[in-house]
Amino acid sequence: MNGSPGSLVALGLQRLRLDPWLFGLLVVLVAFGSMVLYSAGEQSMALVWRQWVRLGVGLAVLLFVAQVPPRLLKAWAPFLFLAALLMLVAVVFFGVGRGAQRWLDLGLLRFQPSEAMKLALPLALAAMLDRKPLPPDWRTVIAAATLIAVPVGLIVIQPDLGTAVLVGMSGACVLFLAGLRWRLIIGVSAALAAAAPLIWLNLHEYQQDRIRTFLDPESDPLGEGWNIIQSKIAVGSGGLSGKGWLEGSQSHLEFLPEPHTDFIFSVLAEEFGFIGVVAVLALYVAIILRGMFLAGQCRDAFGRLLAGAMIFMFFVYLAVNVGMVSGALPVVGVPLPLVSYGGTSAVTLLAGFGLVMGLYSRRRFMG
Amino acid sequence: MITSSRSTGMGDSRSALAQVDRRLQFLIGLMLVVVCLLALRLGLLQLGDHEQYAARADDNRISLRALPPNRGLILDRRGRVLAENLPAYRLVVVPERAPDLEGTLARLADLVPLSDDERRRFEQQRARSRPFESITLKSNLDEEEVAKLAIHRHRLPGVDIEPYLTRHYPQGELFAHLVGYVGRMDDRDRERLDPDRYRATTHVGKTGIERQYEAELHGSSGFERVETNAQGRILRVLERKDPQPGEDLRLNVDLDVQRAAYEALGDYAGAVVVLQVATGEVLALVSKPGFDPNLFVHGISHADYNRLLDHRQRPLFNRVLSGGYEPGSTVKPFIALAGLDAGVVTPSTEVVSTGQYRLPGHSRTYGDWKAGGHGRVDLELALAESVNVYFYKLAVELGIDRISRELALFGFGRSTGLDLPGENSGILPTRSWKRATFNQPWFPGETVITGIGQGFTVVTPVQLAHATAALAGRGRTAAPALVGQREPVQMVRHDDADWRAVHRGMEAVVHGSSGTARAIESELVVRMAGKTGTAQVFGRPDDDEEADEREQDELPEFLRNHALFTGFAPIEEPRLVVSVVAEHGGGGASVAAPIAATVMNAALEAGL
Repeated sequence: MNGSPGSLVALGLQRLRLDPWLFGLLVVLVAFGSMVLYSAGEQSMALVWRQWVRLGVGLAVLLFVAQVPPRLLKAWAPFLFLAALLMLVAVVFFGVGRGAQRWLDLGLLRFQPSEAMKLALPLALAAMLDRKPLPPDWRTVIAAATLIAVPVGLIVIQPDLGTAVLVGMSGACVLFLAGLRWRLIIGVSAALAAAAPLIWLNLHEYQQDRIRTFLDPESDPLGEGWNIIQSKIAVGSGGLSGKGWLEGSQSHLEFLPEPHTDFIFSVLAEEFGFIGVVAVLALYVAIILRGMFLAGQCRDAFGRLLAGAMIFMFFVYLAVNVGMVSGALPVVGVPLPLVSYGGTSAVTLLAGFGLVMGLYSRRRFMG
Repeated sequence: MITSSRSTGMGDSRSALAQVDRRLQFLIGLMLVVVCLLALRLGLLQLGDHEQYAARADDNRISLRALPPNRGLILDRRGRVLAENLPAYRLVVVPERAPDLEGTLARLADLVPLSDDERRRFEQQRARSRPFESITLKSNLDEEEVAKLAIHRHRLPGVDIEPYLTRHYPQGELFAHLVGYVGRMDDRDRERLDPDRYRATTHVGKTGIERQYEAELHGSSGFERVETNAQGRILRVLERKDPQPGEDLRLNVDLDVQRAAYEALGDYAGAVVVLQVATGEVLALVSKPGFDPNLFVHGISHADYNRLLDHRQRPLFNRVLSGGYEPGSTVKPFIALAGLDAGVVTPSTEVVSTGQYRLPGHSRTYGDWKAGGHGRVDLELALAESVNVYFYKLAVELGIDRISRELALFGFGRSTGLDLPGENSGILPTRSWKRATFNQPWFPGETVITGIGQGFTVVTPVQLAHATAALAGRGRTAAPALVGQREPVQMVRHDDADWRAVHRGMEAVVHGSSGTARAIESELVVRMAGKTGTAQVFGRPDDDEEADEREQDELPEFLRNHALFTGFAPIEEPRLVVSVVAEHGGGGASVAAPIAATVMNAALEAGL
C-alpha cells in the first residue's frame, strides 16, 4: 500500500500541504475544461497553451499560499485588506479599461485590484471575527458590514457588477458562517427587496439593459437579447448527448458570443449534451463537497470561516455563470471557474484553494 | 461529514466552532439545492425544449438561397449574338450585419464612387427588403473596384462582393428597339410574374423581344440550402436544385440586313422593315435613332435618361410599331386593286391629267404634283408617275366604303400581330370611324384625298410592309414574325390579271422610263417593284411631289415631309419586301427609294 505509486504521489502532495483528493479533482476539471476550450477557441492549441501558462502561474500561487502559516495570515490580514482597498481607490482615479475602469497599469503588468479584494475581504473578516466571541454581537456585525460595503461600493462604481456580487457574497458568507442571526438575515433581505427600485435607478444604463434583456430576451433579438437567445439555442440544441466534440454549430459558426470565455459552458452543453452537463456539474459538486469537508476540519474559527468562504466563492462563480448561460440569471460577465479562458479569475480561485489546503494541512497542530 | 472540532485554547470556542459547523452544513445544503435547480433548468432546455432549440439552431445555420437561372441568349437567324450574359461583380450590403451602416457607406464611398442615384436606389430597396437580405449598392464593378473592395473587406462588416451575370447587348443601338432590354424588376413586374420562378431574379425583360419572350428566355429559379455563419458567410452547400436555364432564342432577323438598313437611313430618323413574303419572317426591323440598351440594364442615370428624352429625334420612340404616318402615295396600288376588282377601271382605262381635279359641283381643286399634269395615263403610268388625278377620280368612283373594305383586307387599321409588345393599330378611315371619332358624316372631299393616302389614314411601318407583302404574294402572306413562322393566309383574293396589272405599274415606278423611283434602277442588283410616297407634315392644299421636293429643301427640317417607299423583289417571284420611312426626308423618290434599294441589295447579298 505504501509502496504504490498512487500513495507515493499522495504523500508527495501532502508534503507540499496539498490535499490529494481536492487537487486531483481540480486536475480532472482543468483537463476536461481544456478540451472544451480547444473546441470553443476555434481549435487553437496556442490558445490552450496560453491558458495552461496562466494556470501554471495559478498553481505556483496556490503552492505558495498553501505554505503560509495561518498565524501570519491572521497577522497580515488587516494590512492586505488596507492595501487592496487603497488600490481600489486608486482605480477610481488612475484606472484604465474600456467602458469601465477596472485595471491599474503598473507598467509591466496590468492588475485588477478587485480580484485581490476577493481574497483580502474574507481574510480580513475572518481574522476580525476570529478574535470576537461567536455569534458576533451587533457592534461586530456593523463593523463587518462596513468592511464589506466599502470595497463593494468601490467596485460597483467602476462599474463591475459581476465582481461586486462575488466580493459581496464572499464577505457575506464569512459573516453568515460566523453565525449571523437569522432574524437579521431575513430583515436585511427584505430591506434590499424594498430598496430594489432605488438600486435599479442607480444602475448604469448598460446594466439596466442587461436586466431588461434577461427578463425578455426576444424583445431585442439582434441587439442585447442576442447573447442570451443564442446561448439558450446552443444549450437546448445539445439535447441529451450533444452534437459531439468540435461539432457544435452554434459555437463554431460564430452565433454564440465569446464562446471561449463567458459562454464556454454553452459550448460544453451543445457538444456534450445533458450527459456532459451533469458530469461536469457532478465534478464541481465533488470539488465543493471536498472543499467544505476540508473547511470543516480546520483547527479554528478563522480557518473554517476563510476556507468555507473560499469554497462558497467558487460555487458562486459556478452558479452565476451557469445561471447566465442558461438564461436563468442576467448576463453579468462571470466566467466558468477554471474552465473559461482568462487568467485573472483562475489565479484568484487557485489562490483560494491554496488557502483552503494550507489551512487544512495544519489542522492537527497547535497555533 | 463534519466532525467536531479538535479543540482550541479558548474558553467558549467549542460552542463557537459548533456554530460555524452548523452554518457550513447549511451552506452545503444550499449549494446542493442550487446546483440541482441549475441542473433542472438545463434539463428543461436540453431535454424538454430540445426539439424547439434544435430547430432554431438549424434555422440559424441553414438558409435557403434562391439561384437565378441563366437567361437565354438572343441570336440572329445565323446564330450571331444579339443579347448575351457576361460575368460581373456587384457590391452588396446586408444592413443588419453592418453595425454602423452610415460609417460603412462613407468608407465605401472612399473606395468606389457612389452616385446619388445608386444611394437613392439602395435606400429604396432597403425600405422594402426583408431582414438579412443583401441589397445591391453598386452593380457592374470594374476590376480595380473589385480589387480595392477585396482588400478592405475585412474592415467592412456586412459588405460583400457578389459575382453575377449581367445582360449585355453587343450590337448596342442597332437592335435597341427590336431586342429591347432587361431592367430591374419593379413592383408591377412582381405582380405579373410567378414568384416561384422569379425568386432569385433581379432583371426582367422590359421592352422588345426581351419582354415578349420573357417566359422562354427566363427559365426557372433553383435553390441551395447553405450553411452560414453568424456573419452570413456561406460555409458549405447542403442541398442544391439547379436552376433551369432559359431557352436561347433565334430570331428571323439578319444582322447584316439590319445593319445595312440602319446605316442606309443615314442621319434621318425613321424606320425600315424587311419581310419575307412567303413566311412573314422579319429580316430587319429598324427604328432610328436607337440608343444603347446597355444603359438600362444597370439602371440608367438621370443625366443619360434626360439626354435621351431631350434628343430632337426622340430615340426612345419605337417608330416601327408606334410611329403613325400618312401612307401618302404608297396607298395607290391598293386603291388600284380595289378599282380593278370593282370593275371601275381596267388596266387600259385612260384618264387625262391636266394638273387639277375638281369634285363635280365643288369649287375646291385637288392638284397633281406635276405642274400642268401628266396628260393621258393608263393604270401602269398612273402608278409609275404617281398621278394624283387618276386616283382622285378612281377614289370618288369607288366611294369610301369600297376603299375601306379593300384597305381592311390588307390589314390597315389593325395590328399585324408582330411578336413585339406595343404595336399601334393605325387608322383605317370608314364612315363609322368618322362618326365615332368626330361625330360627323363622311364628306366627299375626304374620299378624294384618301385616294392618295392623305387625310385620316395612318399606318405604321410594319403595317405598310405587311400590306406590301400581301400585295407581293398576290394576297397570300403570313403575319410578320420575329421568332418562328406564322401560318400563311390568303388575306385578299383578286384575279391574276389585276395583280399582274398592279405589279407591272409598281415595276414601272422603278424601271419605267418616267417612274418616280427610276433613279435607283441603276443601283439595284435585281428587278424590283415599289411605290414612293410622301407623308405631309406641314399641311398644304395640294399634293405636289416633285415640286414639293424642291420646296422642301427650303423648309426647316422639322416641317419637311416624311419620305416613304415600299417595294418588293424580285418581280418574277417576289420573296422580299422592304418598307422605308425617312422622317422629314422631303420626298419618297429622292430619299426613301435609294434607302430601300440599298437594303434590298444587302438582303439579296445576305442570300435571302
